[in-house]
Amino acid sequence: MAEDKFTAIIVGAGPAGSTAAYLLAEQGIDVLLIERGETPGCKNMFGGRMYSYALHRIIPEFWEEAPLERQISREVITMLDGEKSTSISCQDENWAKPPYHSFTLLRAEFDAWLAAKAEDAGAILACGIRVDDVIMEDNRIIGIRAGDDEILADVVIAADGANSIITEKAGLRSKLSPADLATGVKEVIELPAKTIEERFNLQPDTGAAHLYAGTCTQGMSGGGFLYTNKSSISLGLVIKAAELQKNQYMLVDLIEDFKNQPSIAPLISGGEVVEYSAHLVPEAGISMAPRLFSDGILVTGDAAGFCINLGYLVRGMDLAIASGEAAAMSVVEAVKKNDFSAASLGIYTDLLVKNGVWSVMEAYRRAPQMLDTERLYTSYPTLLNNLLADMFTIDGSPPINLIDKLRQEVKNSKTSFINLAGDAWKGGRSL
Amino acid sequence: MKKMNMQQLLACDKFEVDDEEHHIVLNKEVCRSCQAKPCIYACPAGLYTLKDGEINFDDAGCLECGTCRLICPQEGALSWHYPRGNFGVVYRYG
Repeated sequence: MAEDKFTAIIVGAGPAGSTAAYLLAEQGIDVLLIERGETPGCKNMFGGRMYSYALHRIIPEFWEEAPLERQISREVITMLDGEKSTSISCQDENWAKPPYHSFTLLRAEFDAWLAAKAEDAGAILACGIRVDDVIMEDNRIIGIRAGDDEILADVVIAADGANSIITEKAGLRSKLSPADLATGVKEVIELPAKTIEERFNLQPDTGAAHLYAGTCTQGMSGGGFLYTNKSSISLGLVIKAAELQKNQYMLVDLIEDFKNQPSIAPLISGGEVVEYSAHLVPEAGISMAPRLFSDGILVTGDAAGFCINLGYLVRGMDLAIASGEAAAMSVVEAVKKNDFSAASLGIYTDLLVKNGVWSVMEAYRRAPQMLDTERLYTSYPTLLNNLLADMFTIDGSPPINLIDKLRQEVKNSKTSFINLAGDAWKGGRSL
Repeated sequence: MKKMNMQQLLACDKFEVDDEEHHIVLNKEVCRSCQAKPCIYACPAGLYTLKDGEINFDDAGCLECGTCRLICPQEGALSWHYPRGNFGVVYRYG
């Protein structure tokens, strides 16, 4: 059945899978890219921003042809506490010049474009097919099973996302833990481009990225986000799945309350919600990584846990693309040797180190534990907001100097200077 | 902005409903023995509801996120698959 065997089968036409397919096809390697949605991207969602460097390395100046929304020139982080909020805003116009630092985008369009690039390069794209299992022979993966169909390959690349069925079926990791992932929910809210530019103080092509911590998650580990697209706003929440097990709040209530926060409501006022979506986000970093390769298989992107949340920024797509690149290069080397064993595919980890993915995962090894500190979502937003609001409030009462104010607010917020110092130290080390 | 409810939010989405096959099936016996029932709160589409003390579930409106599969504390309560190819939610923005 030589005609039914491919050199590589890639499961999932997201950024990792399509990048790998594109690079393999460019090298003349026969590759089948399988997607369960009727078009690539129609099952995918993310917060809203992709850092450019990884894709620029693969498709130089991709922004000339890719469907993108806005280039981000302003980063805002905000601590919310009910009626109060405190923000830090950082603007750098260099971010909005080539090679653009990051873009907001929408996945239905973008993922379809990237998969089409792979197809144009010679990959076979098969949509509307759900892969149910891998085929094993003598402990090595030799293909995939979709319904009654079996398709064979020298190597399978798992690029099927955070909730990766392939990685489990291949025995590369055990069941996922709610402590390791978060659930993200998002609303896409349409507004005229001009309104967005006026409200966010933007140029026609530039955009803003906002991250929020505090009352938007009701004290649960997680946060909010807001990204400006051309004529819509991507707004949502990401909450640790283990927190959702505590049965306290419905996600739908949290996101709707988030929209009505005093610092958010005017930004989206008059907008129309055109989509509501949800997805899992790998959040435990390197500690949740499965075995990344075995005989006849490689794992990429979210399926490998290649996602970073630092509280003030979130990375996923760049790491997915870079890991797809490393996977493709590993397969190219394996083809040269005609050896698809674990020993041969093990070059994948070297390539991940070389292209930066692994060093990012290593560097932020401690970030997930740091972000589990409950105070970040409860007492600290309150403390910061009360302190600053107090500093700016003039009501005729006798003035209290800043140190005494700080002492008082630390006491009121039920934390201590020891906690503050400890958490600052932990934060500094892990970020 | 006026607060929207679950039905209104899900009405924004496009779904290709599979009339022949359910992709998530509950074992009601196991669910009955579950005290915590975290699925009621955790499902972003609010598809798990309590009716006469029992979990009531319909997979139409599923956003395919996998949260229920992840947080369900009961072994064997969920037979969980993605929808068959071409079926389920169709994100037009994402």
